[in-house]
Amino acid sequence: MSRHDAATSSVEAMIAALANVGYIASHRVATAVYLGLKLQKPILIEGLAGVGKTQLALSVARLLDLPLVRMQCYEGLDESKALYEWKYGKQLLYTQILKDRMGAALADATSMDAAMERLHGIGDLFFSEAFLEPRPLLKALRQPEGAVLLIDEVDKTDEAFEALLLEVLSAYQVSVPEIGVVSATVPPLVFLTSNNVRDLGDALKRRCLHLYIPLPDAALENRIVAAQVPEIEDALRRQLVAFVQSLRTLELRKAPSISETVDWARTLILLHAHVLEPALVRETLNVLLKFERDIDLVAPQVAALISRPRVAEA
Amino acid sequence: MLQPLSDFLRALRAAELRVTPSEAMDAHRTAAIVGYADRALLRDALCAALAKSAEDVARFEQCFDLFFSRDLPQEDAPGRGAVVQQGATLVEMMLAGDADAIAVEMEAAARRVRVQQIDNRFQRALLVSRLLGEMGLPAIDRLLAERDGNGRRAESGDGLAEARDRLIKQARHFVERQEELYAARTARQLREERLGSTRFATISPRDFDAMAQLVRRIAKRLASQHSRRRLRSRRGMLDVGRTLRRSMGYGGIPFDTVWKRRAVTRPKIVAICDVSRSVSAAAQFLLLFLYSLNEAVDQLDAYAFSDKLADVGDLLEGRGVEESIGAILERIGFGSTDYGRAFEDFVSNHLHRVDRRTTVIILGDGRTNGVDPRLDLLREIQSRARAVIWLNPEQERSWSSGDSEMQSYRRFCRVAVSCATLRQLEQVVDEVLRSYH
Repeated sequence: MSRHDAATSSVEAMIAALANVGYIASHRVATAVYLGLKLQKPILIEGLAGVGKTQLALSVARLLDLPLVRMQCYEGLDESKALYEWKYGKQLLYTQILKDRMGAALADATSMDAAMERLHGIGDLFFSEAFLEPRPLLKALRQPEGAVLLIDEVDKTDEAFEALLLEVLSAYQVSVPEIGVVSATVPPLVFLTSNNVRDLGDALKRRCLHLYIPLPDAALENRIVAAQVPEIEDALRRQLVAFVQSLRTLELRKAPSISETVDWARTLILLHAHVLEPALVRETLNVLLKFERDIDLVAPQVAALISRPRVAEA
Repeated sequence: MLQPLSDFLRALRAAELRVTPSEAMDAHRTAAIVGYADRALLRDALCAALAKSAEDVARFEQCFDLFFSRDLPQEDAPGRGAVVQQGATLVEMMLAGDADAIAVEMEAAARRVRVQQIDNRFQRALLVSRLLGEMGLPAIDRLLAERDGNGRRAESGDGLAEARDRLIKQARHFVERQEELYAARTARQLREERLGSTRFATISPRDFDAMAQLVRRIAKRLASQHSRRRLRSRRGMLDVGRTLRRSMGYGGIPFDTVWKRRAVTRPKIVAICDVSRSVSAAAQFLLLFLYSLNEAVDQLDAYAFSDKLADVGDLLEGRGVEESIGAILERIGFGSTDYGRAFEDFVSNHLHRVDRRTTVIILGDGRTNGVDPRLDLLREIQSRARAVIWLNPEQERSWSSGDSEMQSYRRFCRVAVSCATLRQLEQVVDEVLRSYH
């Protein structure tokens, strides 16, 4: 708990604490997390694929030492998969048992009225918490110590589901019609990520802090690669980051983001590379670029792109 | 500190960020948590609370930097209590060259005469003079005039006259910045309103950028309005098969009911544009509009013609619409418009792109230069397509004059409208998208 408090005392402390768990955060990222904790508001993270949106939530969960409840969104996701579901099988068994026992329980009731009276006296368990199967959202609310709730790719869901989220995100509670309202004991820290497949509704955006994670600059990317792939040599790392940075200035269909840079660094380590060679780069380009057209565009320029940063440094 | 933050929120609204009361409260709570001492921190924190998209972030940063480029008045700044007497103290400040105190006084005076309410640049001069009046410039002028009268101006040499000029300049600058902060939106709104109702043909090239931006914004709005609903459940229609399958686990008792759903079809659009000189401006904005609809449209084909017709989708796909107009003209040549030939080309080469989900949008003035209009071909297109829509940049009353075949063509169109301004274009596209719901 003390580690947790220290990390949330200031933005600087947050940056340091995140670095400890392997996430190199920019000032803006750390500020958003810090505010999310202080204001108890969900954080909506947007950015290109692979800039570390999901990773941020994972790292914060590790940092705060809280369980992570993750919900992957997709089209057609509905409340029975996101909030709760009744345990139908057990409910069926329960009614069977009830039927068997009913005769015995009501045997000595003489009139219909007396039988009904007796029936009311028997506790109604059919819709009770015992038969409730919690899905991610409810599970996150019921964690006794609090939790980090990651709602991944929220833009993939449809509008109706978005409306469902509003109650969870603003009041940290879920209404189950048969039981009542289930409130969080400790409000979870919620992260929502979006790839901008569609525009999210204003109501949802208003309830969230907004964080846009851009592609990192060279200095930040160097630190990220160093943290993620510690075994890489300094010179290679700098050269590699400079190469990726210059790739991003080209008109590509999908510019490489951080996760691709890190993957590439790992690839080069596996291949025992110490310096970027045009031939090697060309062979491993498919780690960085995910479209044939992009690879065709970059392949002939590889030599030029590698030498450029060296000239700049000299 | 409440006041500066509220002013800032107002400036943000002027910069077209949506700041609702609940967001304003968030902003105040945020500021209370992070404090005002560290400006970079305040900026990041407020940005997280207020800017809700990547574009918002850019606008927020610009606005923040502009707003806080001056120093905030400090409540306990020296001289604040004394300025109430005005005149004399202002002179002292000016003589002492106390820039901070003058700035503080200017802020306070500006609030009293409501400089922040500025909403267009024609109020500038008036507000400058009001601001200076409130600060006590008349008294200084009297003082200077007195000295002049006594013939002592030359020898006094205390620099009051120069300080007065500096003060006026400072006030002017101050008012300009307030205008930039608070009146930017009204200026932009006025311009966009004007552009929205200007005829395409008369829009001057220097307005093209603003126009393109506006087109994109409108298109985006329409797209998000129309792309939200993909699936509509048909209430009350039980999907028996899927219900049974899903309730296998419960011994066939249908606990889980599945309702029939219907996928909402997304529009397919085929645009056929006359790009001869008389119509090319309209064609450019129509294409830009259609290509900005992105996610709201399933399939979009663009063809351009003057005498012969060519598929220009690949040109438009690769580059922006603005840059490709030249290339398009090059590809199809500068011949005189021939609708008959164009329809012939389209029907023999591209008709397979039209099916009953496709809306065909034809943009042209319908002036065939006397050659065969080939109504039979338009009929063929119409019979395959969901609808044919004809946009004509000319006014409707000139449709039956001269070599215009519009009256014949319009018989095959579900809609034939005059479309010469962005506003009209927006209406037409909105209707097309709506018809698919």
